[in-house]
Amino acid sequence: MGISTTDDASTVKTTQTAQPSRSSTPLSPDNLPDTPLVTIEANKAWNASELHDLWAYRELLYFLTWRDVKVRYKQTELGIAWAIIQPLLTMLIFTLFFGRLAGVPSDNVPYPIFAYAGLLPWTFFANAITNSGNSLVGSANLITKVYFPRVIIPGAAVAAGLVDFAIGFIILVLLMFYYGVTIGWGLLMFLPLVLLTTLLAAGMGMWLSGLNVKYRDVRFALPFLIQLWMFVSPVIYPASFLPAKFRWFLSLNPMTGIIEGFRASLFGHRFNWGSLTTSLVITVALLLYASYSFRRMEKTFADIV
Amino acid sequence: MKPIIRVEHLSKQYYLGVRDAAYDTLRESIVRTIRAPFDRLRRTNGKHNAEPIWALKDVGFEVAPGEVIGVIGPNGAGKSTLLKVLSRITEPTTGRIQLYGRVASLLEVGTGFHPELTGRENIYLNGAILGMRKTEIVSKFDEIVAFSELEKFLDTPVKRYSSGMYMRLAFAVASHLEPEILVVDEVLAVGDAAFQRKCLGKMGDVAREGRTVLFVSHNLIAIQSLCQRAIWLSGGEVISDGRAGEVVSKYLTSSVGARALEEVWDDVEAAPGNDVVRLHRVRVRPQGETFDCLTMSTPFVIEVEYWNLLPGAHLHVTLHVYTEQEIVAFTTGNGADNTWQDSGMPAGLFRCVCYVPGDLLNAGRHRFVLLVVRDKTAIIFRRDSGVSFEILDLQERELSQYGREIGAVRPALKWVTEQLRATQQDNSSADQVGLRLPGEPATALSEES
Repeated sequence: MGISTTDDASTVKTTQTAQPSRSSTPLSPDNLPDTPLVTIEANKAWNASELHDLWAYRELLYFLTWRDVKVRYKQTELGIAWAIIQPLLTMLIFTLFFGRLAGVPSDNVPYPIFAYAGLLPWTFFANAITNSGNSLVGSANLITKVYFPRVIIPGAAVAAGLVDFAIGFIILVLLMFYYGVTIGWGLLMFLPLVLLTTLLAAGMGMWLSGLNVKYRDVRFALPFLIQLWMFVSPVIYPASFLPAKFRWFLSLNPMTGIIEGFRASLFGHRFNWGSLTTSLVITVALLLYASYSFRRMEKTFADIV
Repeated sequence: MKPIIRVEHLSKQYYLGVRDAAYDTLRESIVRTIRAPFDRLRRTNGKHNAEPIWALKDVGFEVAPGEVIGVIGPNGAGKSTLLKVLSRITEPTTGRIQLYGRVASLLEVGTGFHPELTGRENIYLNGAILGMRKTEIVSKFDEIVAFSELEKFLDTPVKRYSSGMYMRLAFAVASHLEPEILVVDEVLAVGDAAFQRKCLGKMGDVAREGRTVLFVSHNLIAIQSLCQRAIWLSGGEVISDGRAGEVVSKYLTSSVGARALEEVWDDVEAAPGNDVVRLHRVRVRPQGETFDCLTMSTPFVIEVEYWNLLPGAHLHVTLHVYTEQEIVAFTTGNGADNTWQDSGMPAGLFRCVCYVPGDLLNAGRHRFVLLVVRDKTAIIFRRDSGVSFEILDLQERELSQYGREIGAVRPALKWVTEQLRATQQDNSSADQVGLRLPGEPATALSEES
């Protein structure tokens, strides 16, 4: 690598494109682009340049995710083991209380692994929306001092949750070996389901994080909301536990299709495509609404955070 | 010439109390929504509960590529808002900015540093936050570390760093940004003198590389030495835009100008003094110029007017002139003036004028202590003068010569350099220039012709 000195400013290669390469050489008057790189105006709607920015800053998404993961278990004795302990202990408690004492059915799968297969996506989802919901407020120092597409902040918080998810998944594999669960073609749906959960969490996180900037009530309401949400999701119980005439109501919760889908994919059950489609439609609609509302709220973040 | 930044009719409105609105609760919001129509009715009756503030009002200017522009103005003038809008942190209310190059903004040193992460990790994180690519950071990593002088502490969490180390690391990363347009806020206000000097030096380098820089500072000397052009903002409006030296002088004249350069007491009874002497006026003014500001080369006068209440007294005035560092730059007095040697001074109002030549004092704020001496031996009156004055460095500025030279005074002295003997190997001079430390003037080394 050659160390550039000030003298080779004269040997700048001329780039006439509107997006000059990120070279280290400054622009000289005669190679300025013809159209502005950026136009700053009030009330600008989404446009190509912002999407371009999102792409240009993709590495920041990586770095912020990496930071969140790195920092989360710093100065803890057990470190990343917490990613395993949380769902595992919850599973044990659920097995004891719901599986043994209450006798909740589990679709012909041993209750512990049934519960764990539901807890894994649920824990990911719950942590992702909690962390991303609080992410913007927690990053006030960044928001007021430097520009980058704001959506990266809640996005990174969701992405960081995927790391815990992956570790929890290893435990799931071990449990499946232990219980002798046979796998089938349904496993092909596993990754699409992870993607769907991530998108749903991203949509929720985006919307909640923006709302949280203006209304700090979100921070208090969120844990409560998540608790309620878990009880209306088939984490502890299978969807079949409910009388058939109420099941459609449960399907309105996008997490129902997802959690049931995870189980179907892992245990080789039949997929409930109807409820999966509902989840997909709701996720897409939420993402669109969240992008729109985030974009609207984004303008005032730096002023009110 | 085609501009790299074009700002047109830019305005930004804030509502007072918008800070409180951030902690609004949903309930309040609902209540307000319900009450809104009534509030609007009330407001037409002349009641405002949210007064809009125009942080920027119809600001417009163009910046040519490679220009280094200083933005000056009092607190609350809109300087920081302008930088925030330029760096896309907040949106304007009306108006437009067109940018024809990549912008990096440095509104704070160490934005996004995480205390739990190590120095090494923070270099990557901070670099990415400031808009650097990973490959860019990797390739400059060694340079950044060398600049920070923190090789030994790279794997220590920054929460264990001293604040000085923290600043050094942060600035090392920031200074390796290579945007076409650099926007810098008062980052020089933090850190010690050596750090500020380093920052300014780096800014000078950036400017020399032909990048466009917008720079907010209260350090007018830094503005003078770094920028060709200055924009003076006040109340959100551009008051003046032009050559840095002129704008700074105008700014100084208007704000800190004449007022602080004079103290007058009209009432003899209330004036500082005693039974023998009472002050009437103490004043500093440039000699024979209409300009109300003092530059390093301006000859100026210090005038002391006092009432002598004791006929026949032998009084003399002595001044101790202090620099900003509270060092006595010099002491001077009119003890050698023997006009009233024989009879003593009659009662009445006297004026002593001390002529200070140009090219004597160093740049910076100065104050003085005034002494009245009787019979050349007894100090009968002493006063720390309320008058202080700033000596500005307005001389033709080489960018390498940022900030202030050290020394209590900075007299213009005569120098002669001559060649005594020629040597055979002339090619050694190239090496010498290469070894030159940054910030040192090159003139001394390139003597042979």
